[in-house]
Amino acid sequence: MSSTDMDTGPVLAADGTPLKKSLARALRRQKMRALMLIAPLLLFILITFLIPIGQMLLRSVDNEIVSATIPRTVQALEDWEFVEGGAPPGEAVFEQLYEDMLIATEQKIHTRLGSRLNYEMSGMSSLFRKTNERRLGRFDLEEPLAPQFADIDEDWLDPEVWFTIQSNSDTVTAGYFLAAVDLQRTPDGIESVPDFSAIYVKLFVRTIILSVTITFTCLILGYPIAWLLSNLPAKSANLLLILVLLPFWTSLLVRTSAWKVLLQQQGVINDILVWIGLVADDNRLALINNATGTVIAMTHILLPFMILPLYSVMKTIPPSYVRAAKSLGATDWTAFWRVYFPQSVPGIGAGAILVFILAIGYYITPELVGGTDGTFISNRIYYHISSSLNWGLAAALATILLALVMVLYWIYDRMVGIDNVKLG
Amino acid sequence: MTDCAVAHMNERDKRGRYLSDMTANDGFVTFDRVQKSYDGENLVVKDLNLSIGKGEFLTMLGPSGSGKTTCLMMLAGFESATHGEIKLDGVSINNIPPHKRGIGMVFQNYALFPHMTVAENLAFPLEVRKMGKDEREAKVKRALDMVQMGAFGGRRPAQLSGGQQQRIALARALVFDAELVLMDEPLGALDKQLREHMQFEIKHLHEQLGITVVYVTHDQGEALTMSDRVAVFNDGRIQQLAPPEDLYERPENSFVAQFIGENNTLGGRIEKIEGDVAEVRLHSGELISAFPVNVTQPGEETTISIRPERVEIDHTRLPADAHLIDAEVLEWIYMGDIFRTRLRVAGNDQFVIKSRNSGDQRKLKPGEKIKIGWAPMDARALDAS
Repeated sequence: MSSTDMDTGPVLAADGTPLKKSLARALRRQKMRALMLIAPLLLFILITFLIPIGQMLLRSVDNEIVSATIPRTVQALEDWEFVEGGAPPGEAVFEQLYEDMLIATEQKIHTRLGSRLNYEMSGMSSLFRKTNERRLGRFDLEEPLAPQFADIDEDWLDPEVWFTIQSNSDTVTAGYFLAAVDLQRTPDGIESVPDFSAIYVKLFVRTIILSVTITFTCLILGYPIAWLLSNLPAKSANLLLILVLLPFWTSLLVRTSAWKVLLQQQGVINDILVWIGLVADDNRLALINNATGTVIAMTHILLPFMILPLYSVMKTIPPSYVRAAKSLGATDWTAFWRVYFPQSVPGIGAGAILVFILAIGYYITPELVGGTDGTFISNRIYYHISSSLNWGLAAALATILLALVMVLYWIYDRMVGIDNVKLG
Repeated sequence: MTDCAVAHMNERDKRGRYLSDMTANDGFVTFDRVQKSYDGENLVVKDLNLSIGKGEFLTMLGPSGSGKTTCLMMLAGFESATHGEIKLDGVSINNIPPHKRGIGMVFQNYALFPHMTVAENLAFPLEVRKMGKDEREAKVKRALDMVQMGAFGGRRPAQLSGGQQQRIALARALVFDAELVLMDEPLGALDKQLREHMQFEIKHLHEQLGITVVYVTHDQGEALTMSDRVAVFNDGRIQQLAPPEDLYERPENSFVAQFIGENNTLGGRIEKIEGDVAEVRLHSGELISAFPVNVTQPGEETTISIRPERVEIDHTRLPADAHLIDAEVLEWIYMGDIFRTRLRVAGNDQFVIKSRNSGDQRKLKPGEKIKIGWAPMDARALDAS
């Protein structure tokens, strides 16, 4: 490059076009070809995975059901204002409610609205179920409607019921997210739910604490194995590696069930401890259906995910480093701690993040061995997806879990640096 | 020259004395009947006896698998001797762990700790010796200055070139005042020019500091350039232990002759031996005289070894008793400072001669028939191998 090129601005290619442009053109074909190679997988993931998950997560704020089922009522309610111990809305609102409910009961969608509003206030479900086509049919349209609704259920005159309808009439709601962190919206503002029903924050905290515990036990158990693997001669190392990978070839369910057999009070481990005399027969250890069981079983299941990244990093640390440290006067421990360990940190980083992220979303194992105090937030998500059918809350919990993982990942990146993570 | 170097200058005189009156019994480092086996079936080191004087620069030279690195590792303490005793300064070190031996070591790929800066690397051996901060810093600075790397203390090893890393590795092995420094092919990863430069630097440091160096290499040029003595290893044994000059000029067996420098061989049979002269009948029929080295009996098979630069095509430069022998030029290569000519001599068409590019040298053409000769002392009759 001559100095005149530098003076006249961008570097030009031989034909006078800017070099950057001509480089981009030259690389475009390559890029397109690369893109075509990954296109099938990309489309597959997009259509079957990312879009459905995105939609599912949107349910955490979606609230169209109220304004879609009783649109006129919602509109008429706009002018009404809730006062503690005050009056229910006026006759005009009940007229609109009658219109809306006629259509809703005919389409048989009023019960769905009932269960939706029941998440916000108990009793709403039965209120809407009772207000059915038959009862509405007997209404005398000449008379005021409010008392007739009250005949079906007194609650129709309760201002709090109307407050619930009013405050949930927007098409998006924060209600699921509030519920997911044990908060509720009351006429007095946002408040904590009563202690007996506050479970989600506790579950989130427990999920994180147990996941961290599992990550640490995996590290403590996995580190020596990985070290051994990387220092054994190839033949024995391969055999050991197969033993490490063996659990991968067995069904997760089978392994977890095996732990049930081993850990229960009349199980193999307790029997052995009693036989040795470490534990009294009438005081057998509770190793399962609690947090201990979850930690034991999940440590076993996730251990390979710690060992493999550690092993691949340790394999690249030449033995001459430790030798050099020793020749410089370091004891075995100093040589390990000051020289070997810092170089294995990228492996620890990779293993830890892998195990932690897998653990935080784990569900089958805690479900089977966790009992009541060893279950994770994911078990709750599953419950809301498949049993209580409160998908909005499930989506909110899942979104919070996802955000939590991302935040932890960000902190991790800040502290360890993601470039320091080596998977192989 | 640094203070440190000056301070060590006095030891240089001592070293000279040590070398002169050194005997096998009062070596600084001694290997006494050392054997090493990894698998219990084969001996990698067979009966090693070696005594290294204080202040000596000894090189272990040999092809890979000859046992030289194993010997070094046994001395450093990373391998244990299967049999025999290794002594340092009169004390058996067989059962002393490496970190208590106080031996400096330079590794093949330097083994500089990548997560520490250069200064931290150098401070490491001082830190583990619980040295105070001020003293540590002074020593690190002195060691860095010694290898002309004073400005690089804050860098990471990965930011240095190969030659710079080499200097740091050297400084690290020297910073804690080790009296014995081991070097395991330390220059193997450098390019030729830098390697030659570093050879002289290591040599000068050795002279300045009066340290004892045991150096392992498979590069014979390096061994000849740097060493006081060279131990040529093959097959787990020392084949010859001698100063570089003796090794090159007076190899004691055909392995050493082949391994050190370029070498022409001619096969033959001893006709008779009279003092310093052996008459040898080559397999092709010619009779030549040679210097008997490890042949004793007439009738014995022998290999005659002649250095390429000792072969003359200018007969006027030969002594009167030199034999002349027929040769046919096969190839003539211009190599700048020398000409290299490949000849067919007595049935051997890999016979090479080297002649200095002195201006009046004749350029030989392939196919040309000439007569060559050498002084009888330069043809060494060795064992047939």
